[in-house]
Amino acid sequence: MRKLLLLTTVILVGLVFIARLFYLQIYGGYEYDVFEDSAIKKEYTYPKRGYVYDRNGKLLVANQPSYDVMVIPREVEPLSDEALDEFCRLLKISKEDYNKKFERAKNYSPRLPSPFVSQLSKTDYAVLQEKMWKYVGFYIQKRSLRSYQTTIGANVLGDIGEVNRTIIEKQPYYKLGDLIGKQGVEKTYEKTLRGVKGIRFIQKDRFNKDLSPFKEGKLDTLPVPGKDITITIDARLQAYGELLMTNKRGGIVAIEPSSGEILAMVSGPSYNPNLLVGRDRSKNFNKLYKDSIAKPLFDRGLQAMYPPGSPFKTLNALIALQEGVVTTEERFSCAMGYRYGNRKMGCHAHRSPANMNIGIYESCNAYFANVYRRIMDKYDSPAEGMDNWSKHIKSFGLGNYLNNDLSVGQPGKVPTAATYDRGYGKNRWYTTFTISNAIGQGEVLATPIQLANMAAAIGNRGYFYTPHIIKEIEGEKIPSKFTTPKHTTIDKQHFEPVVQGMFDVYNKGTANMLRVKDIEICGKTGTAENFAIIDSLKTQLTDHSIFVAFAPKDNPKIAIAVFVENGYFGSRFAGRMASLMIEYYMKGEITRKDMENFVLRYSLEHEYQKPFSNEPFGINRQTTLEAIDEKAFQNLLKQKAEIPR
Amino acid sequence: MLRENQRRFKFDWLTIILFLLLVGFGYINILSASHVGDITSYFDTSQLYGKQLIFIGLTFVLIILILSFEAKFYERFASLIYVVAILSLLGLFVFGKDVNGARSWYGIGSMTIQPSEFAKFATALAVAKYISDLQTNMQTLKDQIRVAAIIFIPALLILLQNDAGSTMVYLAFFFVFYREGLQQIYLVVALSLIILAVLTLKYGIVISGIITALVLVTRYFLRKKKRASVLQYVLVLLVAIGFSYGVKLFYQHGLKVHQQNRITIFLRLEKDPIKLEQMRKREAYNLIQSEQAISSGGLIGKGFLQGTRTTGKFVPEQETDYIFSTVGEEWGFVGSSFVVILFVLLITRVLYLAEAQKSQFSRVYGYGVASILFVHFTVNIGMVMGLIPTVGIPLPFFSYGGSGLWGFTILLFIFIKLDSNKINEW
Repeated sequence: MRKLLLLTTVILVGLVFIARLFYLQIYGGYEYDVFEDSAIKKEYTYPKRGYVYDRNGKLLVANQPSYDVMVIPREVEPLSDEALDEFCRLLKISKEDYNKKFERAKNYSPRLPSPFVSQLSKTDYAVLQEKMWKYVGFYIQKRSLRSYQTTIGANVLGDIGEVNRTIIEKQPYYKLGDLIGKQGVEKTYEKTLRGVKGIRFIQKDRFNKDLSPFKEGKLDTLPVPGKDITITIDARLQAYGELLMTNKRGGIVAIEPSSGEILAMVSGPSYNPNLLVGRDRSKNFNKLYKDSIAKPLFDRGLQAMYPPGSPFKTLNALIALQEGVVTTEERFSCAMGYRYGNRKMGCHAHRSPANMNIGIYESCNAYFANVYRRIMDKYDSPAEGMDNWSKHIKSFGLGNYLNNDLSVGQPGKVPTAATYDRGYGKNRWYTTFTISNAIGQGEVLATPIQLANMAAAIGNRGYFYTPHIIKEIEGEKIPSKFTTPKHTTIDKQHFEPVVQGMFDVYNKGTANMLRVKDIEICGKTGTAENFAIIDSLKTQLTDHSIFVAFAPKDNPKIAIAVFVENGYFGSRFAGRMASLMIEYYMKGEITRKDMENFVLRYSLEHEYQKPFSNEPFGINRQTTLEAIDEKAFQNLLKQKAEIPR
Repeated sequence: MLRENQRRFKFDWLTIILFLLLVGFGYINILSASHVGDITSYFDTSQLYGKQLIFIGLTFVLIILILSFEAKFYERFASLIYVVAILSLLGLFVFGKDVNGARSWYGIGSMTIQPSEFAKFATALAVAKYISDLQTNMQTLKDQIRVAAIIFIPALLILLQNDAGSTMVYLAFFFVFYREGLQQIYLVVALSLIILAVLTLKYGIVISGIITALVLVTRYFLRKKKRASVLQYVLVLLVAIGFSYGVKLFYQHGLKVHQQNRITIFLRLEKDPIKLEQMRKREAYNLIQSEQAISSGGLIGKGFLQGTRTTGKFVPEQETDYIFSTVGEEWGFVGSSFVVILFVLLITRVLYLAEAQKSQFSRVYGYGVASILFVHFTVNIGMVMGLIPTVGIPLPFFSYGGSGLWGFTILLFIFIKLDSNKINEW
């Protein structure tokens, strides 16, 4: 027995050691990751971020250098009071800020670098650089910031900002302090624009001194510069659209029907993209973000969903023709509205009875109520009729995401039989329940870009290209989904009468005062009722002004949807703005100065204040136009004159 | 009868091969742990690996020398060698040189020699000599005290020179004494005291006293026959409580602050986890670094000269006491386990050979060798992997340093020589 004590102890200790090694190296051991290894310093070289050009080659976004002070908390040596004072002064922060920032960095990680003070100005950098050796554990990281060559298109161009931790966890390419596209094309074309950063691995010693390149630099990579992109936006048209939208809220989307390229994408109110560059970015961003009334970050051209109103009638006309339930000459009478059961859908005074042409250009509600019923009643049950109708509508790109290259979007809404089954119970509803769909109210919702796309599809007589914003990527093809036409379910020959109707809207109908000399515009006015909750009461506000158009009539060059919040009837603001945009795009100048002056001079700000006034207010007919003061007006005219050629 | 020239090479080659493997692999790791910049020449004596190569070269001279003496020489001169070793330790108080707060070195020119490394084999020889004396009976208290004195003298001298780690090595002789007839009760008492000490530090005197009482009461009722009187049990309990007080006092006042901290960290005596973590970061930097280095090695390691933490010298003392962290990082689980297995094989081989000796002197000495190697192996690797509190002693054949390498070589090869001579014993 005595012989065995040491022997067994030795073997036992050996086993314990191997178990411990197993625990440390295999069970608890992690996959070796050089990025996690604090013995290896990682030095990044950030590539040039790709430039952004407009469709005519005008440079919109370039770069400017920026300097971040980074900190590795573990390596920081305590500073003397004097040195700390100086450091804070150079960084323009208070001592409390210093402590707060330091704690935050330490909480994130004591051994990984965190940004301490971001985006120093060039002069601050120059002064600081001289003294940097004093502050062990801090270093300056050079990055490239955006430099906007324009003041327009904030919603289109977007911005870049520091990555947050959620992104870092999902995409390890990004390290704390890196910049990433947050909105607009910066977000959707992030990978193209950013390139790939270069990295150098350096072996450090215990005292944080650089020793040598790690593995003789075999793992090091050179930065790959980001690619330049050309976007489909016409900077002049965009600038003009933003100008027209001044003092109003709403969206304008203009598309080139022959390609699906987005020519302009205006959202009002807008802001200067330069606000989101530099040290004040987060302050400015918060201001924009927290403005819950004007919502400048809400892209109304892409995200605002509204009942499309009258422009939607054109689709019902097309479906009726496709389904063969009416002829273009068939007439329906209208006695100031359409009666069904004991209810009535009102209409205005116009020639009656109306055929399709009159129905469209007079925007007759009764005509379309009849047509809609015919479409539905062709089938044995309302459900079948509804699903068939829904299928046709959706083929125009409504009711679903467009699946394009914009950073935000909304699907809109197109009801199906299931929608009503849910609401009323299966087979417990009739066509009359859904009759509002006939005139684009009811359960239908669409975004301005969807309406512009719808106009493009009508202008093209039956097909469209997915609206997109990328025109060219340096050395790359744009995705084929943007170059393949998507066909609607309506045959080509059915479009002519509808197009003619839309043309007559300008000739004889609701937009006859908006005509432009030498341009054959086809359009459709629209008005959308809308409501807000004020003191927990659903209160009706002034209607939204909507206009959808394309021009010229044959081989259209531009399709446009304009939508102005609380702008009242369609031709009042939206129609004028669409007409001006079309003229500006096609002719490059405006002949109808009075119309332009009207749009620029009148503001809707007072309209937007009404729900917050705590006083009773009038809508629609009771609203008045309010002009901005002369100085501000002259300022807008000056802005227009400054839009570069 | 074997002829003379055949007998000369009748060494235990397995032991020698294990020794060579350890020294060789040790050198490779010292090279990794100590190189600065590119390696221009392996013989660059301005670098530690260059020096170690010289030490290794001299080791072979030493081996030849040791093996060429008559085996009887070591038994005969054991006492003399012991006295010389003690004198060399005493001399340190006068001529010694302070390194890192320990007065354990003689400085000869640029070389330093650490006599405590040589005192180990000298003590092992003296212990073997004393126990193998026909007059000695390890069962008697008189001889137990005398043999304890043999190890106590060098242990005390080394402790006074501020080298607590090397002092601990002398506890190894407990295994030798036990093998040679020390009563079982010592083992029981020793284990009980260790457990009691840990209990006291961790849970306080009251709880450890209660636990002791419970154990004693249980034992009292289980033992129906030959039951000792209640008074004796009470006495044992009082002694145990007294011991607890002693441990507490020693922990609080007898230890140096850094030693106290090591124990606090190891036994997690600090209740506040945040404070404990801070303490760990402050006091156990070496341990954190070495565990990290070992963990980062994974299954097969990062490869020779590829360890990032080794290259960056993140683990202080990585070429000496913490050399095993380099093994862990560069050779991974496979390489580290290999080293552990080499040591286990070497120690068990020496044990096996010791048991096969016909002379008691050789057997006791062999046991001493195995025990000393075992304590070094256990304490060093245990410390580097955080299994036991930090105690600074080298890993035999691995750690950088001439004195250590030579001390262990002499220790081992005297036994190889003794072993080769067992046929001539009669």
